[in-house]
Amino acid sequence: MSLALYVLRRLLSVIPTLFGVTLVSFFLTYTLPGNPAMVKAGPLATPEYLAEVERRMGLDQPMWVQYGRYVSGLFRGDLGESASTGRPVLQDFVQRLPATLELTVASLTLAMLIGIPLGVLSAVHRDTIIDHVGRIVGVAGVAMPTFWTGLLFVFVFFYLIGWAPAPLGRLAPGLAAPPTVTGLYVIDSILAGNWPALRSSIAQLALPSATLAFSVMAPIARMVRATMLEILSSDYITAAWAAGLPRRRVIYGDALRNALIPIVTTLGVVFGFLMAGNAVVETVFSWPGIGNYAVTALLTKDSGPIQSFVLFVAVMYVIVNLIVDLLYAVVDPRIRLS
Amino acid sequence: MTEAAASPVSPAVHSRGAEAWRILRRNPVTLAAITIIVVVSVAAALASLIAPFDPNATDPAVALSPPSPHNWLGTDLYGRDQLSRLMYAARLDLLIPFAATLSALAIGALVGALAGYAGRWVDQIIMRAVESVLAFPALVLAMGLTAALGNSIGNIVLTLAITQIPIYIRLIRGEMLRVREMEYAEAARAVGNPAWRIVLVHLLPNCIPPLIVQATLAMGFALLTMAALSFLGLGIRPPDSEWGEMTAEGVGYMVTDEWWLFVFPGLMIMISVLAFNLVGDGLRDFLDPRMRGVRS
Repeated sequence: MSLALYVLRRLLSVIPTLFGVTLVSFFLTYTLPGNPAMVKAGPLATPEYLAEVERRMGLDQPMWVQYGRYVSGLFRGDLGESASTGRPVLQDFVQRLPATLELTVASLTLAMLIGIPLGVLSAVHRDTIIDHVGRIVGVAGVAMPTFWTGLLFVFVFFYLIGWAPAPLGRLAPGLAAPPTVTGLYVIDSILAGNWPALRSSIAQLALPSATLAFSVMAPIARMVRATMLEILSSDYITAAWAAGLPRRRVIYGDALRNALIPIVTTLGVVFGFLMAGNAVVETVFSWPGIGNYAVTALLTKDSGPIQSFVLFVAVMYVIVNLIVDLLYAVVDPRIRLS
Repeated sequence: MTEAAASPVSPAVHSRGAEAWRILRRNPVTLAAITIIVVVSVAAALASLIAPFDPNATDPAVALSPPSPHNWLGTDLYGRDQLSRLMYAARLDLLIPFAATLSALAIGALVGALAGYAGRWVDQIIMRAVESVLAFPALVLAMGLTAALGNSIGNIVLTLAITQIPIYIRLIRGEMLRVREMEYAEAARAVGNPAWRIVLVHLLPNCIPPLIVQATLAMGFALLTMAALSFLGLGIRPPDSEWGEMTAEGVGYMVTDEWWLFVFPGLMIMISVLAFNLVGDGLRDFLDPRMRGVRS
């Protein structure tokens, strides 16, 4: 199968999945208790007015008509309205997305910076103390509830030894946010040359991103270790040893470079963990992202943001996995054949 | 034939048990993990007999006391004994994931068998649905479902089950595709067995080992998901008590130095999840001889 044909097939395969995803997220709101028309009309509305609002919102239509309206709204960028902020959900989302993006990127970077070397060392020093420590860290990282890890970090690094700032948002109180370019405070404050804001935003980011990184580091390290073990026992690595190439170059040059390809595939799974973890970590650290927004909406049964968050996460997950698969097919021709 | 089959069975079972014990003795980690699960389960089951205090008995005289010989794990604002509360909470923490895993296992195995055996469009539809549900991270889907269905205990079981079902469907379907073409399946078809009988009696039992491994790992994951839900206020709510919910209750006391209120419930979650994961890994080594000696 040619690459172009594979890409086309893979792109088409996303359509039924996305269809299913919109069905699930629609179903969630459809069954959500409470009447959104009643929220909109207010507590003093007459039954006639309530019926009028219901008709205007299309709530008197059969289920499949409502689903059609929902999907066509999605294509127009209409995610509904938040009952608690009174604004379109899309607007709230756009405003909060950079906070979530900054946290996600920071955690993923941190997880890879620790997870990849840990995996390599565990494979190279197989069954030594390094390997055992790596395994314990990995097993603990998966078993610790993310919210609890976050609380322990806050307790130790903020409350006991005072290295970290209070877990309250993205900047120390009293500091103004840097002018928005990317929306990521760390980058924006560098661009603006605002050093106090840079210091503060990094300090605020440290604990939440470490918390998330700790929970996703384990799958990365495990995958790196398994792949490295396989590669290190392959013929071309044996040949490289035999040719007397320097150890560092064989491990980090030849072996790790080839191991990185399968590692990319774990990123899809890792992304799912990160999105679920965001909701929890943002709540613990009062981080003003979309996860926090969704949890608040869930507690107040505000259907618009809930539906949009659930849909957003799933669509992102499908897209990330699509990109991972396509990258993989470009790099590894064997995939296209199967 | 039954008589002939009956006699060799008991020594086989015996040697299998002996074999399991021999393997366990060489795997102190798995043995320790099993011990933890047994201890926590027994503590939960016998809480009313062995808990040092009534979990709801308040005692202002010892309110917010740190761990001591009197209250091993300290007390909360109302002077309730935390060790006793954790033991009672263990009931929900074990039973809810267990009920969810068991029902997901049953439904997932049947639907997966259907998809794998029937093939064609039935398989297509089921697998597209599976992919759609798996596009939602378990916790995110669980958050949406509990909001939509409500967070009664039954609904939390249902929610956790829904997040797991697709995993079993995929697993069993894969196994089914593999065993369907084997000679014994061919033989069963040749003597005129109906399809449902071939699937239930001949094929499904051969898919059980990987299912057991997956279910053990899923117990830990379901416990984590439920604890996170409850921590966020979307799962178990007071007056019912669960470790994630207890952690949430304890958070406010961090700044006044009453650390034991959030540390111990979280520790219980971690220890239990760890135990389930380690037993799952151990079972995989035991049930799948191909994996023996290979560590991933």
